[in-house]
Amino acid sequence: MSAERFFELADRLNTDLHGAEILFCSVSNEQSDFVRLNRNRVRQAGHVQSAALGLTLIQGARQVEGGCDLTGDPEQDEAQGRRLLARLRERLAHVPDDPYLNYSTEPAESLRRCVERCVEAPAAIAELIEAADGMDVVGIWASGDIAEGLVSSIGHRHWHESTSFNLDWSCYLETDKAVKAAYSGLQWDAATLHRKLDEMREGLHLMARPARVLEPGRYRAYLAPSAVQELMDMLCWGGFDLKSHRTHQTPLLRLVRGERAFDPRVGIHEELDRGLAPTFTDEGFTAPPRVHLIEGGRFATCLVDARAGKEYGEPVNAAGGAPGSLGLDPGNIETADVLAQLGTGLWIGNLWYCNWSDPNDCRVTGMTRFGTYWVENGEIVAPVKVMRFDDSLYHLLGDRLEGLTRERELLISPQTYDGRSTDSALLPGVLVSGIELAL
Amino acid sequence: MDHLCDVADRFLSQAPACDYWTIRLVEEEQDHLEVRQGVVEPSRLNSTSGAMITLVKGSGIGYGATSDLSAAGLRAAAERAADWADLHARLGLFDSGLYPRSSTRADYRTCVEESWSAWSISEKLDLLRAANEALDIDERVVDWAAWLQRRRVVQLLVTSDGGRVSQIMQFVHPGVVAVANQGSQTQRRHGGGADWAQQGGLERVAAVHFLEDAPRVAEEALRLLDAPECPTDTRDLLLLPSQMVLQIHESIGHPLELDRILGDERNYAGTSFVTPGMFGRYRYGSELLNVTFDPTVPMELVSGVADDEGAAASRQYLIRRGILERPLGGPLSQARAGLPGTANTRASGWDRPAIDRMGNINLEPGEGSLADLIAQVERGVLMDTNRSWSIDDSRNKFQFGCELGRLIEDGELKGLVRNPGYRGISASFWRSLEGVGGPETLEIRGVQNCGKGEPNQSVYVGHATPPCLFRDVAVFGGGQ
Repeated sequence: MSAERFFELADRLNTDLHGAEILFCSVSNEQSDFVRLNRNRVRQAGHVQSAALGLTLIQGARQVEGGCDLTGDPEQDEAQGRRLLARLRERLAHVPDDPYLNYSTEPAESLRRCVERCVEAPAAIAELIEAADGMDVVGIWASGDIAEGLVSSIGHRHWHESTSFNLDWSCYLETDKAVKAAYSGLQWDAATLHRKLDEMREGLHLMARPARVLEPGRYRAYLAPSAVQELMDMLCWGGFDLKSHRTHQTPLLRLVRGERAFDPRVGIHEELDRGLAPTFTDEGFTAPPRVHLIEGGRFATCLVDARAGKEYGEPVNAAGGAPGSLGLDPGNIETADVLAQLGTGLWIGNLWYCNWSDPNDCRVTGMTRFGTYWVENGEIVAPVKVMRFDDSLYHLLGDRLEGLTRERELLISPQTYDGRSTDSALLPGVLVSGIELAL
Repeated sequence: MDHLCDVADRFLSQAPACDYWTIRLVEEEQDHLEVRQGVVEPSRLNSTSGAMITLVKGSGIGYGATSDLSAAGLRAAAERAADWADLHARLGLFDSGLYPRSSTRADYRTCVEESWSAWSISEKLDLLRAANEALDIDERVVDWAAWLQRRRVVQLLVTSDGGRVSQIMQFVHPGVVAVANQGSQTQRRHGGGADWAQQGGLERVAAVHFLEDAPRVAEEALRLLDAPECPTDTRDLLLLPSQMVLQIHESIGHPLELDRILGDERNYAGTSFVTPGMFGRYRYGSELLNVTFDPTVPMELVSGVADDEGAAASRQYLIRRGILERPLGGPLSQARAGLPGTANTRASGWDRPAIDRMGNINLEPGEGSLADLIAQVERGVLMDTNRSWSIDDSRNKFQFGCELGRLIEDGELKGLVRNPGYRGISASFWRSLEGVGGPETLEIRGVQNCGKGEPNQSVYVGHATPPCLFRDVAVFGGGQ
């Protein structure tokens, strides 16, 4: 669905409003190719075309929300939209006033299109398979157009569209010995793919050495940006939203209460000025380019969505409670010096399946996975059998933080649960004096 | 269903020229009502409908999914599928000859005693408000909520071999939560059916004692604030069904998924410590461990007649008297692996291709009551209601956390402990199973958010289980 077609649909639905009704229309639109790979061959390939309409109908202090799929045919979609509107109107008559109803009354417009001619998926897949000949590649290719839009009867008009690709894959030597890579963006460059595959071949060469089995205990460690991302994802789970804070459910409660602190070098921000995700919310607010969540190791600002903003009298600065464009401040360790500074310990390429061990102490558990090595005197000596860690982020980003790398990696989410994600994270690697391995 | 039949006929009238095709049509409706801290949250009425077309053309297979159910839309999706089949024919992992063809004709309907429309919106909101009042019992209860969610899924699968499977599944999911806080300690308890999902209608509200459960939920959240931490040591572990669900899910269900064993999930959800050679001889657990794939249990989340590619579903043992028998793999995986399996090829909706998933994975009951199990414990802890789950990518090293623990000493339940957790290794954990509750202790539960696949998919999974007793497990509490 194009912006023009969505705007036209929304305008037509607005003509169907009764009295003082207000309507917010949103759309999430996707035309995606998906190719699933196993053993460097195509396991499953196909295309998904979807367009989901969201409506919020407001009358006075009452509101109801609803959604339906669109077909792309203007007449059918208008009929579909009107049917949904009618259902919402019927429901609206039965709900009470909502004290936390909050929407923008100041019309705003934005149009952002990053629509380059994306590489043809079959050609890219064929190139990958040929370049990776002899390697056991497993992963997922996703590409195509993603768009989100918002129109209100008040006058809001927003559109954010991008055509991109996201290749997320790993190469296996055997059983659980593997290395992982990701390549995503707007412009495909075969040379980048080849370079990443060469790096993976080097990693697999290291993986071929006999694996070291570690005993539970505390170990010096370097967490690569992909591993740091798993820890950041945990923090995003209730760590920053205002409602979570005001109801004492944030895993950062001790930080907020001043009982614990992160290292002063830790700064975490929501960075929508990166431009990869929409800045408008479903209620018509425009999120600021940056929100400083943690500064100098101390809690700074919550993410405030429309509902929480009304409840607690705070300005709206986010679409929801979790960051979608997270950034962790860099440090001053040169990536080339990481091994030397680590000395003897663990190089952790990825973490996996993290969850709370005790959220009251910001304690996280999870597993090592992909590209995790034992390092001695600054030299990688062996891969490591998977280990479970269980440790508090107040230690890993606090009293045991030794440094962060100067260079950061932009990690674009390959997640596709609710359509192709526009989330991203800009992260350094993190050197710690110790991480607790439990099993 | 009539609408989907019309769409199927529309597709049939212009069926693509190929060796085999399927069209899976899905229409889904959701309604969510919630009251939080006495305030009615915006209700959400969502619907989705679309088609997933799969084509076998020559030696290739491809799919095309679309929300455009017009003749032109279906034609376009079929053309996309054909294009991808061409790529698969050149670069595919296996020949399309392995792809299963279904001519199954079957129907399934959830038996609903009280339809969603039997109560007015006002009646539903009044119930939720009453639950809120029952949860708001102390100033230390800082957050509380009650909800009713309805989901109706209509699915029609038609195949070029004459297959036709129509299924209408209905669910009503009630639940309550109370969050208590004191200083830096926050505790949360769920109840009122929150983790007790089944098929059905509004009769589920009474079945889970929705309103009656609210005071208990709030009281326990408060009591946990002052409870000591679960001790950190090795002791016997008695898991109630509300935690057994996750134990079965993560360390039996997922490791037995045949597509994982074949390597398809290694980039995301992982692989398995189970290898093809283990079936028929590997001791997975003690003699008390009997696990089935069972689509016939009334009202369990994934009960039905066939999977999403038209394989007729039947009850099968996966583990019998502790010995591993059969993997969880649909016909395609069975053909790829040369192993028997189950009818468990499923998709989360119309916009995702079907892959091996769990269905209803049940731990069959043994003998005795919960009190009998408790009586067998000299020094142990009982754990209730999962709150955290984590396992390695081969499904071996796991760690779980629960909302509530109770010490067991000399065969008697003692005081509450908070932040209880335990960890272990699947390969040895199930061999320490020494008690399985009888039929009277069985609870039909499940999970509503099992995630897997690339692209990602989240599906319902059913787990019926009694409480179970394990010996000498590493347990721990909260704090640093």
